[in-house]
Amino acid sequence: MITNMPRTLAEKVWERHVLHRADGEPDLLYVDLHLVHEVTSPQAFDGLRMNGRRVRRPDLTVATMDHNVPTMDGPVTDQTSAAQMEALARNAKEFGITLYPWGGAGQGIVHVIGPEMGYTKPGMTIVCGDSHTSTHGAFGALAIGIGTSEIEHVLATQTLQQKKAKTMSVTVDGDLPSGCSAKDVILAIITLIGTGGGVGHVIEYRGSTIRALSMEGRMTVCNMSIEGGARAGMVAPDDTTFAYVEGRPHAPMGARWERALDEWRSLPTDEGAVFDTEVTLDVTTLRPYVSWGTNPAQSVTIDGAVPDPDSFGDEAKREAARRALAYMDLEPGTSIRDVHPDTIFIGSCTNSRIEDLRVAAGVVAGRKVAPGLRALVVPGSVGVRAQAEDEGLDRVFVDAGFEWRGAGCSMCIGMNPDILGPGDRCASTSNRNFEGRQGTGGRTHLVSPAVAAATAIAGTFTTPEDL
Amino acid sequence: MDPVRVVEGTAVPLDRSDVDTDQIIPTEHLKRIERTGYGPFLFDDWRKDPSFVLNDSRYEGASILLAGTNFGSGSSREHAPWALEDYGFRALIAPSFADIFRTNCCKIGLLPVELPAESVRALMDAVLSDPTTTISIDLDALTVSAPGMRETFVFDGFRRWCLLEGLDDIELTLRHSEAIDAYEARRPDWLKTG
Repeated sequence: MITNMPRTLAEKVWERHVLHRADGEPDLLYVDLHLVHEVTSPQAFDGLRMNGRRVRRPDLTVATMDHNVPTMDGPVTDQTSAAQMEALARNAKEFGITLYPWGGAGQGIVHVIGPEMGYTKPGMTIVCGDSHTSTHGAFGALAIGIGTSEIEHVLATQTLQQKKAKTMSVTVDGDLPSGCSAKDVILAIITLIGTGGGVGHVIEYRGSTIRALSMEGRMTVCNMSIEGGARAGMVAPDDTTFAYVEGRPHAPMGARWERALDEWRSLPTDEGAVFDTEVTLDVTTLRPYVSWGTNPAQSVTIDGAVPDPDSFGDEAKREAARRALAYMDLEPGTSIRDVHPDTIFIGSCTNSRIEDLRVAAGVVAGRKVAPGLRALVVPGSVGVRAQAEDEGLDRVFVDAGFEWRGAGCSMCIGMNPDILGPGDRCASTSNRNFEGRQGTGGRTHLVSPAVAAATAIAGTFTTPEDL
Repeated sequence: MDPVRVVEGTAVPLDRSDVDTDQIIPTEHLKRIERTGYGPFLFDDWRKDPSFVLNDSRYEGASILLAGTNFGSGSSREHAPWALEDYGFRALIAPSFADIFRTNCCKIGLLPVELPAESVRALMDAVLSDPTTTISIDLDALTVSAPGMRETFVFDGFRRWCLLEGLDDIELTLRHSEAIDAYEARRPDWLKTG
């Protein structure tokens, strides 16, 4: 019997959600939670209206505004952004979907509020019209980013057509050295496997390093699975997971909590289960990473230098490196520590949670942002912001010279007024250093919150211990 | 969706790998709530460079885009295939595509065709030396043909059927409504929120 074979975490969650399977067809998976935001959903709702369809399970659909929202007080001055936010409010009302709108409690980056409110739980299937949906895999959920046509499909049917994914184990072992974080782990993994290394796969992050990470750290790792091309990233649920979920507003309670725990404890990959692809990483000597190019795999450690394009093995990589260096205005051989950003961004669905803000605040406390530098902290949600303020972190940041902002995607994607100007250079805790990602002509270096904070003080890429 | 069987036309050689969807349609153009009208903004930042291949008049009217590995990486924005389609492309040929992008293309009838890197290279060289080179993609026969060249390609059987017949995914899934009802009836109670 196939069912007695050892199976991986991803296979177990997948199999428990298959409601139709036939030769030559993708599996039809039931979707436990559909997260919706304002940018990728309006055309899907229009599609429903055009065909006279309803949202099958508004109770399993949760919406928020994050990509466009301003992070400063005052009206939305960009009329196209305002129209998109209004469209979501209209659609949520018309179709009976819970919405956490801009200006209200609970609002924030969709991948921050899901876990924060206990919507995200182990063993679930979760989809969202956003490639960083993989974040929720940190809980042992199968979380997949989808396009607008698929959003419409999920709204109408609460299912997703998915061709069986391959499985990849990324085993990370060793004690994380001081000064290194989950962000450095995932940048090291992406540099190792490449931007397309995970295509067609669901990654399971395993090993002692991952087990020792907090839920925030695991979310950071899973968040960037897509930057390695993977369809999803997962971590097996354990006591760290259960402790995080318990007591949150949408977590099960009482007897239902106990039944949930029974199920969640059955999810981890069985002994002897086989992965299609296996990758290992020893982090014993890991150093903080800084990206130098225009994709996240173009990264080196902070002690390194901008590489010579000619040092790459194949012509496509050499050409990509040449283009990246021209865009980034960097010379081969330049020490990363000699690169001077003019902007610091601490935020995004990768690194805007309370733990990230605590680390950054710990670095900048009692210090001042280097002269001429613009430094922003954008909490991931209204909830994170409130908690940070309770802990006095906002004062620490403001006293150091940071701007303390409202919740949203902000400068990670540059759809609101928080953008880089042409030629601006940013040390950013976000996930993508693509050309123009943070504003047309802007240059992005991906770093951890600790390195972003230390760099804000020093004015050049550095680590907290070197301040 | 209209059925797709054969795409035949000239091609644009975009000789770059890891072209992400932020380049295909920059973020500033995602604020519209419509499904159409993204073509003018296709590769908007790159088109500011006069030497960018899409600004080369010899490639005007092309319906096929040739590109490097991992085309369409990054953001899940379906606006990227919408922009390519609105601009006039009907098919893409590359050594590999990012997963979400490939799915998004299939959903709207924009053909993502994978060929070995050497074959894509040969097509690019042919088009670079003669921009009037016509390439023909036959989804039914699973072949790509160009002067002096005929390659077969692999395409997911279900997606191929949907594209050839012009089928609507939602309609197909709604045929399984009873299975969805049955699944919902057996979902565990801890999944209830609140």
